[in-house]
Amino acid sequence: MVAFILRRALLAIPTLIFISFISFVIIQLPPGDYVTAYVAQLRQSGEYISAIQEAQLREQFGLNDPMLVQYWRWISNIVLRGEFGYSLEWNAPVSSLIWDRLGLTLAISSVSLVITWLIAIPVGVYSATRQYSFFDHVFTVFGFLGKGIPDFLLALVLMWMAFAYMNLDVGGLFSPQYQNAPWSLAKVVDLLAHLWIPLVVLATGGAAGLIRVMRANMLDELGKPYVETAYAQGLSESKVVWNYPVRVALNPFISTVGWALPALFSGDIITAVVLNLPTTGPLLLQALKMQDMYLAGSFILILSVFTVIGTLISDILLAWFDPRIRYA
Amino acid sequence: MTDQAIAAPKGKDHREDLYTAKPWQLIWRRFSRHLLAVVSMWFLIVLALSAIFAEFVGPYDPFKVQRLRTLAPPTGIHLFHEGQFVGPFVYGLARERDPDTARVTYGPDTETVLPIHFFYSGDSYRFFGLFETDIHLFGVDDRREQINLLGTDDLGRDVFSRLIHGARVTLSAGVIGVAFAFVLGLTLGSISGYFGGWIDGSIQRLMEFIRSIPTIPLWMGLAAALPIAWDPLFVYVLITLILALIGWTSVARVVRGQFFAIRNEDYVMAARLAGASEYRIITRHMLPSMTSYIIAALTLAVPEMILGETALSFLGLGLRPPVVSWGVLLQDAQNLRSISLAPWLLSPGVAVVMTVLAFNFLGDGLRDAADPYGQ
Repeated sequence: MVAFILRRALLAIPTLIFISFISFVIIQLPPGDYVTAYVAQLRQSGEYISAIQEAQLREQFGLNDPMLVQYWRWISNIVLRGEFGYSLEWNAPVSSLIWDRLGLTLAISSVSLVITWLIAIPVGVYSATRQYSFFDHVFTVFGFLGKGIPDFLLALVLMWMAFAYMNLDVGGLFSPQYQNAPWSLAKVVDLLAHLWIPLVVLATGGAAGLIRVMRANMLDELGKPYVETAYAQGLSESKVVWNYPVRVALNPFISTVGWALPALFSGDIITAVVLNLPTTGPLLLQALKMQDMYLAGSFILILSVFTVIGTLISDILLAWFDPRIRYA
Repeated sequence: MTDQAIAAPKGKDHREDLYTAKPWQLIWRRFSRHLLAVVSMWFLIVLALSAIFAEFVGPYDPFKVQRLRTLAPPTGIHLFHEGQFVGPFVYGLARERDPDTARVTYGPDTETVLPIHFFYSGDSYRFFGLFETDIHLFGVDDRREQINLLGTDDLGRDVFSRLIHGARVTLSAGVIGVAFAFVLGLTLGSISGYFGGWIDGSIQRLMEFIRSIPTIPLWMGLAAALPIAWDPLFVYVLITLILALIGWTSVARVVRGQFFAIRNEDYVMAARLAGASEYRIITRHMLPSMTSYIIAALTLAVPEMILGETALSFLGLGLRPPVVSWGVLLQDAQNLRSISLAPWLLSPGVAVVMTVLAFNFLGDGLRDAADPYGQ
């Protein structure tokens, strides 16, 4: 087992290197560079900068070096010193901007992942054991709708309904009066009142797909002889279902939990923009729009790293969960 | 005499029919049993036709600004006026100002009855750039009044016309993106499945790698790298390319799996023994056997492209005005104020949901029907 984990972790390293390279290429893609944008910013505020000064700046930032050299400088700073470069727009180191937002993103993503599972597994099991019942049809419709409705649209509609029919103040994480207030019970309640919309949006989007997967897996398993054997031995239905087929049906679930992580991040970005949440999404969007490419590239890198880690975790979980999978 | 001999057994035995049926007949028979898929297919055909003939179906020019009809609500279609049947008609629009807030409010003007005319001549347009015409599918015959099935936006432009024109861009972006993905996925998937070994291994690593990058950030990064000043049409092509860059992996996976399944079939061996080249074996012998699977996989890939385009444009990273796509239209509905003031601005979102669902149902139906000899 340890050898397996080690091997998988080692395999992740070339992937990570490749991802970091792609992130850097994306940083370099737009025409112009850091200095072009910087000079444009200076000109806008009325300062004059000569072409010679501009060239000097380029030299100073090392922008004339070949791309591979620049890449090496960028990545070695990240790996050795944990510095992601400097955000042009915020005039601050990227790392200081990212970490607190990333924490919130991770919190929202993981809570919604748990909710997704809490919804998807029981509903999927119910739909499979009571196939073609009334609620099975209801859940099927829900599943298809959840697949078809884009996250941001659901967020918009929920926000509108909460605003128009329930008279709630939505958007952001806190009401204005609590924004800078110290933590108190009232502030926590206020936070929860704001947090439910993003959680519902993210959880329904994920649950809709997973319900279908769970149902299909369960239907495959329920017809197998070992289930019949368990029934023949006189076990109650709930014992049979939850002890045998569910455990097998969960396999594909676990193998896709790694993919659920990037999906949650992706979903979070658009939802967060719509709902004006202080997570990584809006920051990334703004960074991309302003061509604040160090910030944007670092974001893409960090999100991808989390994805690779997620895949790694799900591989390990799968090997641990299912004894039939050999550690090869 | 001979006619009778051929016709007789056909009419007598339905089973005989089944045995002699061609594969596509069997596929069609299976498919038509899937009611939801058939309905979805017709919906998509109607949608595609209206997108192709958008200038004709949409009653107005999608860019025509009407200063006196900003944010007008949808006009309801009525059949009876004061208890009398007059056929389909709409009421005129009464424009008033709220005395307290000075906000413009609209209500139906039940005095003016405007019958809906079909093949009505309104705004002129060039029919596929071929000739000038002004015939629209429907409209009302009045210089001041309009029929706005889905209301108007903040510049008084007809949302229904814009929706139809947006369908052209959004749907074609999805289909072209899938076409790109199709070429990439088919090529790499078949190579991967046919040759196996280290070629398969490296292509698999590449696919895993692409899948391991979070989709939306990657899309956003690539889309943001497109300069704003470029020609919108060029940006549109590049956006579809970006969408395809990620979408091809799902097609490749299906094709690869199928290739593994049929690689050792007798007919492939026969072709090989007959001295056919590898290119010929792949394109002439193996690929045709999985046409239906590929079509189903493609159908299921279209909604992802559509959702991607919509999301990118909605965030302002994809297509930009003056190009009209569903994502661009949804930009108008980005904040609470405009939605609560004019909920009909969300109608492109409804269109997205319906289209995505229809493609999903159609794909499901095709997938079930893809193997007519199974079961």
